Amino acid sequence: MTNAAEDFKGYRSPTLELLQKENAPVWSQVTLHTTRGDFSGLILPRSETADALHIVLKLDTGYNIGVRWDTVTGIDVHGRKVANYQIPEKEFPVDPGKPRVKLFGTGGTIASRLDYRTGAVIPAFSPGELYGSVPELADICNMETEKLYGVFSENMGPEQWMGTARAIAREIETGVAGIVVGHGTDTMHHTAAALSFMLQDSPVPIVMVGSQRSSDRPSSDAAMNLINATRTAATSDIAEVMVCMFGPTSDEYGLLHRGTRVRKMHSSYRSTFRTLSDIPLGKVDAEGVKPFRTDYHQRRDDKKVKLVDVFDDRVSLVYYYPNMKPDIIDSLVDNGYKGIIIAGTGLGHVNKPLYPALQRAYDAGVHVFMTVQTLWGYVQMYVYETGREIMELGVVPAANMLPEVAYVKLGWALGQSQDRDEVKRLMLSPVNGEITEREPHNGYLVFQGGIPEVDEFISSHWK
Amino acid sequence: MDHDHAPFADPWLGKPLPLYGELAADGYAELGFKCGLEIHQQLLTRRKLFCRCPAGRYNRGEHHAEVLRHMRPTLSEMGEYDGTALMEFKTRKNIIYHLNQETVCTYEMDDAPPFEMDDQALDISIAITMLLGCNVVSEVHITRKQYLDGSIPTGFQRTAIIGTDGDIPFGGKTIHIRQLSLEEDSCREVSDKGHVRIYNTDRLGMPLIETVTDPDMKTPQEARDVGQVLRHLCRVTGLVRTGSGAARQDVNVSVAGGTRIEIKGVPSLRAIPRLTHNEALRQRTLVGIRTELERRGARPADLPAGGCDVTAAVRGTSCRFLARAIAKGATVMAVPLPGFQGLLQVQTQPRTSFLKEFSDRIRVIACLDELPNLALSTQDVPTLSSGEWNRVAKACRVGSEVPVILVWGPRQDAETAVSEVLIRAREAFAGVPQETRQALDDGTTGFERVLPGADRMYPDTDLPPIGLSDERIDRIGSDLPLPPWEREARARGAGVGPDLARRLARHRAWELFAHLLPILQERSEAALTPHQLASLLLDRSCPRPLQIAAAGDWWAGITRKLVAGELLPEAVWTAEAEPVEPWAEARAEEAVAAALADLPADLPPDPDKREAVLMGKVMPLVRGRVPGSTVRRWIHALNREIQP
Repeated sequence: MTNAAEDFKGYRSPTLELLQKENAPVWSQVTLHTTRGDFSGLILPRSETADALHIVLKLDTGYNIGVRWDTVTGIDVHGRKVANYQIPEKEFPVDPGKPRVKLFGTGGTIASRLDYRTGAVIPAFSPGELYGSVPELADICNMETEKLYGVFSENMGPEQWMGTARAIAREIETGVAGIVVGHGTDTMHHTAAALSFMLQDSPVPIVMVGSQRSSDRPSSDAAMNLINATRTAATSDIAEVMVCMFGPTSDEYGLLHRGTRVRKMHSSYRSTFRTLSDIPLGKVDAEGVKPFRTDYHQRRDDKKVKLVDVFDDRVSLVYYYPNMKPDIIDSLVDNGYKGIIIAGTGLGHVNKPLYPALQRAYDAGVHVFMTVQTLWGYVQMYVYETGREIMELGVVPAANMLPEVAYVKLGWALGQSQDRDEVKRLMLSPVNGEITEREPHNGYLVFQGGIPEVDEFISSHWK
Repeated sequence: MDHDHAPFADPWLGKPLPLYGELAADGYAELGFKCGLEIHQQLLTRRKLFCRCPAGRYNRGEHHAEVLRHMRPTLSEMGEYDGTALMEFKTRKNIIYHLNQETVCTYEMDDAPPFEMDDQALDISIAITMLLGCNVVSEVHITRKQYLDGSIPTGFQRTAIIGTDGDIPFGGKTIHIRQLSLEEDSCREVSDKGHVRIYNTDRLGMPLIETVTDPDMKTPQEARDVGQVLRHLCRVTGLVRTGSGAARQDVNVSVAGGTRIEIKGVPSLRAIPRLTHNEALRQRTLVGIRTELERRGARPADLPAGGCDVTAAVRGTSCRFLARAIAKGATVMAVPLPGFQGLLQVQTQPRTSFLKEFSDRIRVIACLDELPNLALSTQDVPTLSSGEWNRVAKACRVGSEVPVILVWGPRQDAETAVSEVLIRAREAFAGVPQETRQALDDGTTGFERVLPGADRMYPDTDLPPIGLSDERIDRIGSDLPLPPWEREARARGAGVGPDLARRLARHRAWELFAHLLPILQERSEAALTPHQLASLLLDRSCPRPLQIAAAGDWWAGITRKLVAGELLPEAVWTAEAEPVEPWAEARAEEAVAAALADLPADLPPDPDKREAVLMGKVMPLVRGRVPGSTVRRWIHALNREIQP
């Protein structure tokens, strides 16, 4: 045995000893004699998160089964067949007449392959691999790719946000037609907000994209999202940080959401991303990009982008709930946090017992801003006495900034200044739509199922 | 215009094929006929397999929303694309799902991950696995089996092996069971036209088991009979669904020199013999065509690399369907098939020639489903004029003796059609291409899709494996019903006649029979034999399974009276505590006449229905006094005299 870890990938005691004793490493073609009868097939690696008691066997029919080690009375090894798992790689064709698009990878699953150790999928990413799985991309652009990170969305943070912003700025300065950023969907809106603040006045589109169904499944939304995002990056006149994901759950078109107003709203739907308190920038499908509005930043010919790659991570987001105790705020202050975003109830409220703690935070120089956990609508702290009292404690209303966006922006602002007035100025001066002057009537549309006319509308459109 | 009249070397080519019924067992043996079954059976559970939607609820076409999807092929775990997947991708179908909120949730829509597998379904499938004598796995791994036809919105079916390698006795031999899997049922197709396929999702996700046999059946009839045994085996558990669509089967057929062909969507077990007969002969003819191509020295390399656009050459044709297509902007493409002289018209199935294999591929893959979807230069039916065919041949740079196939449609579809014609022609050199075929009503089969292989299997990354403990297996094993063959043996052993024993073994009255048999066997001088008891129980009035527990006691009392000769068998349905005395014939006849004295005016005109109505009127008045068979005889005679 040269390399036990590789030869018996994922197997642990007691199954490992059994396979070693019987000289049956993974990829062996075997017959297992067991107390429940004989089973023949190929020994596969074992997922590291599964228990240590079973041998995984791939039958000739392609099915997998598990055989418990202590039912095995003998193993006959017949041969060996190693899986060669590769995305078919084809050279991405270069057409001098097509725009150049740069795709940065952070860890989404645009194309993917199976990871035997975890049983999960891991992304494949090179232009050749992408072309092998989504050849339509070559009709749109000349694509270059660069893997920045290989992390799940929940592991993205300030360091990755700043790193991504720097990489994009560098690329823009070389004169690219557009940027696509592959990203896990869970925190895509956090990163979209961070990039919106860190990369200002971009001359080209910066399009974030991911998939809600991984690309190892035939029904995946990954290919269409990538095609839509690439088309937007290559051709769109909208030069902003955007999220490009499914509009409806049907394979119809993608929506382009402004990076500061977008939020993931469903744990699993394809059409999970929504623009809140406003309408999206536009839509994109095979026909091209169709803007819904005119007040966007237009594409320019220059290669200038303003990079503000700073972040102070001593910031927290507190989701208020009834009966919240002041020690929640106190512990943040005691642990040296410099900024707190509260997602308050209704128009922006918390309970009275928190007042002393908020006063204490203010006195300690902590910057506290109020947002609303209703997500839609503005903070309005004059309407009720509670609101006025809270403002007197130094809590600043953050208009209709989404809580997560406010969290990202406060970290970014504190990265530039600790001065109370300057931080307040940065927070309340919109960079790109995170605070809007007005909320259009159709900025809040959550259809209620069951209402006859709504159900009628739903039944007459692809969902 | 048929140019090659030389007799074919292969004896099966160029003459009518034997019809179903004209071939005996040795005929099939000579063909090397082999058949295996895949029996699908829905389980009787409250919920679907991977979500909490109700199982067994169907909506009658009513839906509240629609979703549009496309399918893309993905790599298998072993790093290869599946042929079927690539084929379906070529079809560029818009797949539309109809959603009814009573029967589907976000899981079936593929907008939510699966919930844990339904435990009840797992228990039932383990029980059936054990009845089949299969080895039960110790850990169930959920696998994704790709289906790019859209019949499952995820693009794959979640399926898991529960056991492998079982055996069941059949007619003195053993049928080997390869495996049993538990899987989610697929959508029901509503329509499939052009590039749009519509599915109803109500059935989607219901728990289903698939039992796969080895190709151990050597005649078409045997295949049907084994299918029956397997179906009854599932039914003896009382835990499977019955009724339309609850049990379905796919049939695998091959002959010597052929390959395994899967016939999908076989509507009933009765349809199996004719379908498998025709499929066996189709394969035999294709083997003959391969031999003939070899004899001629034809090679796949002689086939052209692509088709030629002959739209200009045939514009202005008086061939109606072609003119109509061209008027609608169709591109017409021609593909010459050198080496195939005379072969395309060879009969492969009843009323079907080899040419249909090309037409089927074009219909399914290029979505050109308006028929005819091709024309053949050497065909007898009128298509283009000979002048036009000559122009086509010239455009293709072949002599007029070379058969040329024309296809037409929107440019992209016409190009797909050309490539499919060439693929099918190349496959002719190998003999029988691997594909799944669709069962047609007339007993023939049509191309459905390329046969999927192990490459379409992929482990499910959404759900962990499920361990099956020895305790669980023991618990299920201790409560197993007798399989039908053991029931039959037991009834035969008790003296029940062979036909009755076979029927009883599959009947829901079995439990009752097994319960009553000891009462009968306690008394050797019994006035009722087990055979008579079986006959009585198979009377249609037998209580339904849900009532069996309550009916059991009542039956035990009745059986004692029957055994003692205190009760006429016909009297059991009205029997209370007191025995009923049979009537003499004269009195009986009088009673029947009285019962029929005033016939209702609205008797049905159909004699059979009328007889049923009359029986229903008379029997309640004389049950227990006059044997039912006697009443039926009288009514039958009377019925013929009634003028509707």
